[in-house]
Amino acid sequence: MTTLQEVAPREPAGVRREALYFAVRNGKLMAGFGIVLVLLLLGLLGPVLFGGAPNEYGPKPMTPPSAEHWFGTTTFGQDVFLQFVHGLRSTFAVGVIGGGIAAVIGMVVGFVAGYRGGIVDEILNMLTNVILVIPTLAVLLIINAYLGIRSVAVQGLFIGLTQWPWAARAIRAQTFSLRTREFVDLARMSGAGTGRIIAKEIAPNMSSYLFMTFILLFGGAVLIASSLDFIGLGPTEGVSLGLMLQNANQWSALQLGLWWWFVPPGAAITAIVGALYVANVGLDEVFNPKLRET
Amino acid sequence: MSLQVSELKVYYRTLKGDVRALDGMTFGLRDGEILGLVGESGCGKSTLGKSLIRMDGRMRHVGGTVVLDGRELPIGDDRAMNEVRFREVSLIPQYAMSALNPTRKLRRMITELLRSRGATPDLEELERRMSQVGLPREVLDRYPIELSGGMKQRMVMVISTLLDPSLLIADEVTSALDVSTQKAVARALLGFRESGYVKSMIFVTHDLALTHHIADTIMVMYAGKLAEKAPADVIVKAPRHPYTKLLLDSLPEVGVRYADRRLEGIAGSPPSLLNPPTGCRFRDRCPIAGEQCAEEPPVAELAPDHHVACWKA
Amino acid sequence: MRRYFGRKLLIYGLTFFVAVTVNWMIPRFMPGDPVASMVARANVTKPEAVEAMRAYYTSLFGLDQPLWQQYLNFWGALLRGDFGVSIWLFPTPVSDVITTAVPYTLALIVPSVLLSWVVGNQFGAYAARRKLLDNTVLPVGYVLTAMPYMWLAVLLAWAFGVILGWFPVAGGYSFSMRPNWSGAFLLDLLHHWTLPFLSLFLVALGGWAIGMRNMIIYELESDYSNYLSALGAPSRLIRRYAFRNAVLPQITGLALQLGVLVAGALVTEIVFAYPGLGSLILKAIQNKDFFLLQGTFLFIVLGVLIANFIIDIVYVVVDPRTRAGMAGAQA
Repeated sequence: MTTLQEVAPREPAGVRREALYFAVRNGKLMAGFGIVLVLLLLGLLGPVLFGGAPNEYGPKPMTPPSAEHWFGTTTFGQDVFLQFVHGLRSTFAVGVIGGGIAAVIGMVVGFVAGYRGGIVDEILNMLTNVILVIPTLAVLLIINAYLGIRSVAVQGLFIGLTQWPWAARAIRAQTFSLRTREFVDLARMSGAGTGRIIAKEIAPNMSSYLFMTFILLFGGAVLIASSLDFIGLGPTEGVSLGLMLQNANQWSALQLGLWWWFVPPGAAITAIVGALYVANVGLDEVFNPKLRET
Repeated sequence: MSLQVSELKVYYRTLKGDVRALDGMTFGLRDGEILGLVGESGCGKSTLGKSLIRMDGRMRHVGGTVVLDGRELPIGDDRAMNEVRFREVSLIPQYAMSALNPTRKLRRMITELLRSRGATPDLEELERRMSQVGLPREVLDRYPIELSGGMKQRMVMVISTLLDPSLLIADEVTSALDVSTQKAVARALLGFRESGYVKSMIFVTHDLALTHHIADTIMVMYAGKLAEKAPADVIVKAPRHPYTKLLLDSLPEVGVRYADRRLEGIAGSPPSLLNPPTGCRFRDRCPIAGEQCAEEPPVAELAPDHHVACWKA
Repeated sequence: MRRYFGRKLLIYGLTFFVAVTVNWMIPRFMPGDPVASMVARANVTKPEAVEAMRAYYTSLFGLDQPLWQQYLNFWGALLRGDFGVSIWLFPTPVSDVITTAVPYTLALIVPSVLLSWVVGNQFGAYAARRKLLDNTVLPVGYVLTAMPYMWLAVLLAWAFGVILGWFPVAGGYSFSMRPNWSGAFLLDLLHHWTLPFLSLFLVALGGWAIGMRNMIIYELESDYSNYLSALGAPSRLIRRYAFRNAVLPQITGLALQLGVLVAGALVTEIVFAYPGLGSLILKAIQNKDFFLLQGTFLFIVLGVLIANFIIDIVYVVVDPRTRAGMAGAQA
C-alpha cells in the first residue's frame, strides 16, 4: 500500500516498536519461545540442582515413574530424569554449535555470492549446490564412524559444516534483491567497501530473516544430531536425548514396556523443534504484516 | 449519469485507528466520459479506484453510495460484487506486468476465466480486439513470460474489456511505461471507447500532463476529498482551486528555460488522514488561506460542470 | 532446456566426484593409523578374516604407493563395481550385501515419500485460508514435522505392536518364513511393512502440508490472483491456479528434502529392525565393517543423485516455462 506508507512515513524506531507491539501479542511466538525457554532452563539448571552422575547404575532397575525417580529408571537402574536434564543440555549445545556454524557459513557464502555476483557467485553457487545434494546424514555417518572419540562439540561442528547450503541459497536470493536498492547504491557511491556495505547496509535490513534462518538451522541440527546418536554415532562420553533413545532401543525398552525411557527424550526433541518452528511462524507474522490475521 | 458516487467514505483499519482515505466523495460520470483522476500519492485516488471494483482486506465501506446505470453497487460486500465485476465494472491494474498467471497459455487462461463467469468465449472477437492493439493472434499460444512488458500490458487491456463493461478503471496504467508506450496505451484506451468496448472510464494517474491528452474531465483530489473537477481544458487553463494551480505550476513546460524560473514542488506535505484537521485540509500549505478556511469548504458548482471545494475560488 | 540439464548433470557429476573423494580421504586423513586401529577394533576372531582384512586394507589403502596412485586405484575399483568384502558377513562382497538390502529400503521410501507428498500437498492446499481447518492442520503439521523419525517409529511400534499387538515390531518378514512369491509371504511382508511405512509417511506428511499451505497463501496474495478476483473469477478457479503454481516449488522442495527423507528411512529401519540399508549401516558400525559402511554411503549418494535427476525431469514436464526455453526454473 504505497498510499498509506506515504501518508504516515515509517521510521526505523517506529517499525521496531511496532514489531515489539505485535511480538508480545503474538500467541505463536510467545508460546513457542516459552516452551523453549522452560526446557532450556531445565537443561541449564537441572544438572546443577539435581546432582549425581546420569549414567551411574542404581539399585532399582526398571521402576516406573515415582516420587523418588520422577521419570523412572532404566534396565540398569539409571535415573531417567537425571539423564533427561543432562540430555537437554547436550541437545541445546549441539543446536547452538551446529546451527551457529551453519548460519555463519551460510551468511558469508550467501552475502558474498549475492552481493558480488558474476564469477564469484557462479563458483559459490556451484559449491552450494553440490553440498546441498549430498545426503547430509550419510556424510556424517562416515565421518563420525572414523572418529575414535566423539564429543558434542565435534558433532555440532560437522553438522554445521554440512547444513549451511540451503541457508546460503536463501540469503543469496535476499541479498540479490537488496543489492540494487537506493540505500545500497548510496553506500557504494560514498566509497564503502564490500564488507562494510554487507555489514552496515544489507545485513541489518534482513536481520529478522537471518534470525529466522538461524532458528530453522538450530532445529535441523537438533534433529540430525538425534539421528546420529540413535544410529550409535553419538558422543562417546556423556548423555544426549538421542543417546537415550538409542539405549532404550538397544536394550529393548519397547518390548519390556519401559515407556518412560523412550517417551521423554523424543517428546523433548519434538517440543523444542516444534516450538521453534511455531515461534518462527509467529516471527514471520510480526515482521511481515501481510500474514497477520485481521 | 452512468455513475453517481455520493458521500462515499472508505477507511483503512490500522493499529492506530481509522485512516480516512476517502472522506465523503461526491461526483458523477456520464456515459462515454473519460475522467482523469489526479492527485499526490496518498490522496485517496487509488483507494477510490479500488473501492469501485474490489476493496482489499483492510478497507472498510463506512458510508455513501455508488450507483452505476441506476443500480446501487454493493461495494462493501465482496461476494455480492462478484456479479458486477468484469461485466459492469472492470479494471486494468497497476501491476499489469504480473497480472497474468505464469503457468497457463493465454488462450486457455482467457477461456477458463470467461467460462468461470458464465460467458462464452468468442475467439474471433478476441483476436479482432487483439489486432486492434497490435497483438498478433499467435500470442494466445504463448505463456505470459514469453511476452514483452508492453505486450502484457495490451493483453491485459484486451482481457479486462472483453465483456464490454460499463465502467473501466485504469489504475496508474502508464506509470511503469516509457513515454512513447504511454502514448500508445492512451490511444488504445480512446480506441476502446470509440469501438464501444467500454462506456465510461476512470483514468487514475499522478501525471496531469498525460491525463490532459486522454480525459474529457479531470478531477483533482486532495487528502481524501475532492478539490476540483472540471472539463480537462478548464482545469489546465483556468483552474480555480489553489491546489490545482500549484500542481500545474509544478509541471515542466515545453519551451520554458528553467534557469530563469525554478521548478518547484508544493511546499509541505499532506495532512495525516488518521486524525485529519478540521476545516480545509489544504489550509496549512495554501498560500491564500484565511480565517474562513477553518471551516470546511463545501463543493460548489462555480460554472456548469466546474466543481470546486474552496472558499476563495 | 539443454542448458538446464547440462547444468544439472554437471552439478551431479561434481557431487559424485566429491562424495567419492571424501570417501577416499576420510580413512586416510583422520587422525591415527587406520589399518592398525581397524584391524584391532574389528575384533574378528576368524584368522582368515583377519588375513583378508589386512590384505584388503593394504590393497585398498596401498600405503606403499604414492597418494595419487592410491586415489586412481580407488576409482578403478569403484568403476569395476568392487566395493571390497564385508567383514561382518565375510567373505560376501559388499556389493552383494547392499543389493539384498536395497529392495527393502526402496519399498519403504518410495511409497512413503510419494504418498506423503501428494496427500500433504492436498491437505495444505485445502487448509490454506480456511480458518477452522488451518487451525488444526497447522499445529498437527508442525508437531509431525518436528518429530524425530525414530521417535514416532518407536511410539507406533509401542502402541500398535506391543500394546495392541496388531503389527509385528521387528524384521522384514516372520522368522518362520523363507522368502518366496506366495500370497502368504507377500501378506506377511505387507504386515511387517505397514508400521515403518506409516511412521515415515506421517512425519513427512506434516512438512509437505505446512509447505503447501504457506505456498498457497503466497500465491493467493500474488498479482495474478488479485487480478482474477477483481474480474470476479470464482475462488475455485483462483485456488486451482494457485495450487498449480505452488506445486512447482514443492517439487523443488522434494529434491531438497531427499537427504532428510533418506535419513528418516535409515533410522526408522533401525527401530523396526527392517532389513534395509539402515539396519545394514547399524550392523556395519557395530561390527566396525568400514567397507560395508563406505559402500553403503556411495550407494546412498548415487541413489539420491538419480532421484534428483528424475525430479528434474518431472519439473521440466510440469513447468511450462522451462520447456518454453525461458529461465523459469532457477532451482
